[in-house]
Amino acid sequence: MITKWWASEEVWRKIAVWVTAGMLLVLMGLTFDTIPKISVGSERVPAYSIINQRIDYVFDEKRNFQVPVFGGEQPLFGKMLSEEEAEALVTWGKKITQGRNCINCHTLLGNGAYFAPDLTKAWLDPNWVDSDLREGLMINFLMDPPNNSMNSSGRKMPNMDISEEEAKAIIAFLKWMSSIDTNGFPYNFKPVEQEG
Amino acid sequence: MNNGVLDSNNLNGGQKLAVKYFSVAVILFVAQILFGLVTALQYIIPELFFEVLDFSVARTVHINALVIWLLFGFMGAVYWLLEDEAGVETVGLKLGNLAFWVFTLAVTIVVLVYLFVQVGPGDDTTRWLINEGREYIEAPRWADIGIVICILVFFYNAAATFMKGSWSGISGVLILDLVALAGLYLAGMFYTTNISVDQFWWWWVIHLWVEATWEVLVGCIMAWGLIKLLGVRRQIVTTWLYIEVALMFGSGILGLGHHYFWIGTPEYWFTIGGFFSALEPIPLVAMVVHALYDSGVHKFKAANHPAMAWLIAHTFGNFFGAGVFGFMHTLPQINLYTHGTQWSASHGHLSFFGAYATIVIAVFYIAVQQWRGGVWMSGDLPGNGWKWKWSLALLNIGVLGMTMAMLVAGYEQSFIERAIEGSTWSGYFAAQMHPWFIQGMNWRMVFGIVTAAGTVLLVWDLLTIGKGEKRTRQEVS
Ligand code: HEM
Ligand code: HEM
Ligand SMILES: [Fe+2]
Repeated sequence: MITKWWASEEVWRKIAVWVTAGMLLVLMGLTFDTIPKISVGSERVPAYSIINQRIDYVFDEKRNFQVPVFGGEQPLFGKMLSEEEAEALVTWGKKITQGRNCINCHTLLGNGAYFAPDLTKAWLDPNWVDSDLREGLMINFLMDPPNNSMNSSGRKMPNMDISEEEAKAIIAFLKWMSSIDTNGFPYNFKPVEQEG
Repeated sequence: MNNGVLDSNNLNGGQKLAVKYFSVAVILFVAQILFGLVTALQYIIPELFFEVLDFSVARTVHINALVIWLLFGFMGAVYWLLEDEAGVETVGLKLGNLAFWVFTLAVTIVVLVYLFVQVGPGDDTTRWLINEGREYIEAPRWADIGIVICILVFFYNAAATFMKGSWSGISGVLILDLVALAGLYLAGMFYTTNISVDQFWWWWVIHLWVEATWEVLVGCIMAWGLIKLLGVRRQIVTTWLYIEVALMFGSGILGLGHHYFWIGTPEYWFTIGGFFSALEPIPLVAMVVHALYDSGVHKFKAANHPAMAWLIAHTFGNFFGAGVFGFMHTLPQINLYTHGTQWSASHGHLSFFGAYATIVIAVFYIAVQQWRGGVWMSGDLPGNGWKWKWSLALLNIGVLGMTMAMLVAGYEQSFIERAIEGSTWSGYFAAQMHPWFIQGMNWRMVFGIVTAAGTVLLVWDLLTIGKGEKRTRQEVS
């Protein structure tokens, strides 16, 4: 039996090798392009000191979805931080979220578990009433979630022995995360009332 | 040959090691199901084990047990076919055995720490010793390093054996694929505060495992299985394998972009991710066609009916779970609303079960057949083979039922939480308390119990099938 070229083992082996190599090359190229665009301090992923500023999430006509918008000074817990201080605080906050395994109940940037609300824009959530009450409410909640429950479903966040200092670091991380340009996810979000 | 009893004299060196991996895999599979039941029940009874075994803890064990039992199943499968495919004895088997025990011990410690230590402070010690806090790769860093070393030993066993013996198309693809599989794990082994960069590389591990390297790995197992179970000509199988590799890597590598819509990455990923991931179902259709065609040509005359049935279940499960259910939410226009809802969990269940659990179970059956002395496992089994047939049915109906229940809940969440309420905190709970969601969770529980029943029956069958069987296996050409 004569094998047609399109049924030949040899031909397909070569195609498999070339397709794989080609795709890997393209992926590498895209990675080199993407990583700088999502580095801290880039347009899409702001510097940690953004936590000194007011962050909002506003509809953009041109891009046709909501984007993070930064306003004037709104220092976290009333204290302006240097770039290094901000980085240290956000870093501690993120490490706490990993150590407490938050992602196995919540989603962050939409990835994780589905047992509790998404944290991408938790800093901007209207549940925190307004920008005056927000920080205090967030600290209280994180330090004792079962007794500060904000829903009537019966589902509660467990008490994870979070100290006040730890709560502040977590909030710094959440505030910073809310500044990331996520291409309009979550859609149709209604941010908390803020002054200024 | 000792027919009808489990006797390791029936196995070659690699196979003796393989059945160890399979035994641990089965235990972890059972653990996965138990913890799955707990998490599902916590959706219905939120007080259950509150602040004792919280949802996050149970879920971590559920998904880690899943990843590890599949990995053990794959490693076992490779040790299983190694000597047969290479034509020589396994090289470095002693070291391989040692690695097995180290790996198993490490997994045991990691699970005990998850269960009894659970969490730690926000410092590096926690990530090194307790929990890394990143979904699916929660294992602390020390365990990551242990895993990498064990995988390197495994890789050495496989590569050195083929090098000493003979190479084939299947083993060539397999070895290159294992290099990629092991290398990708490294992409998840570092800390960064920048959560966008964190998730960028995290998806290299998760996506490029399940939608590229694992698919090709099971493609190799499938190719070998078709030769063994049906007697398909090697040249046909190998050619198909190359076609599948081209299609799978051709779509799956850039398909990675469907996870780069909302994590901070640039907008061009909409086009790239949407386009290439939409092509991913094509190789999965090709696999269904291939397996069914071969089975048909060989008049479904197979040396191992349960294994063959599970291989067919694999091709359909892969196509529906990954191909259809993946495609349904892969375009950015729809993923904007489905992202991070029960819709994702629905797809996650059908795909992991359909694509991977099924084929590992098929290999379990191939193994017990040989372990009992290469006994008959075609038609006319005692009791008409009711145990394997019922466990096949219960497991597939159970997982499909859970998938559908979560899909309904996911639709509801997409509309109410994502589209109408805009994913706020109260929007989330509005969706969680909607009757359609609650019904979805209840039905998931019901079908979870069906799945668990199927699992129990499967374990029982694996322990008993072929016991006392005197006939030898059906000859295939
Ligand atoms: C056997 C192969 C596959 C497996 C095991 C698998 C598994 C999963 C899992 C577990 C998730 C959830 C990840 C998380 O926890 O965040 C996921 C997400 C996703 N999968 Fe797959 N998948 C497979 C193939 C596919 C294919 C072929 C497609 C597309 C055609 C696809 C499309 C998606 C998309 C778009 C998401 C993101 C969901 C979201 O935005 O929340 N998957 N997959
Ligand atoms: C008794 C059977 C099972 C039950 C009741 C169950 C239940 C659950 C629950 C409640 C979750 C957490 C979802 C969330 O975060 O809200 C989960 C996650 C998961 N389960 Fe299962 N499960 C079962 C069996 C399985 C099987 C057989 C597989 C695969 C072979 C599987 C794979 C997964 C995966 C991949 C996830 C993560 C999904 C994601 O993040 O999108 N489960 N399961
Ligand atoms: Fe993916």
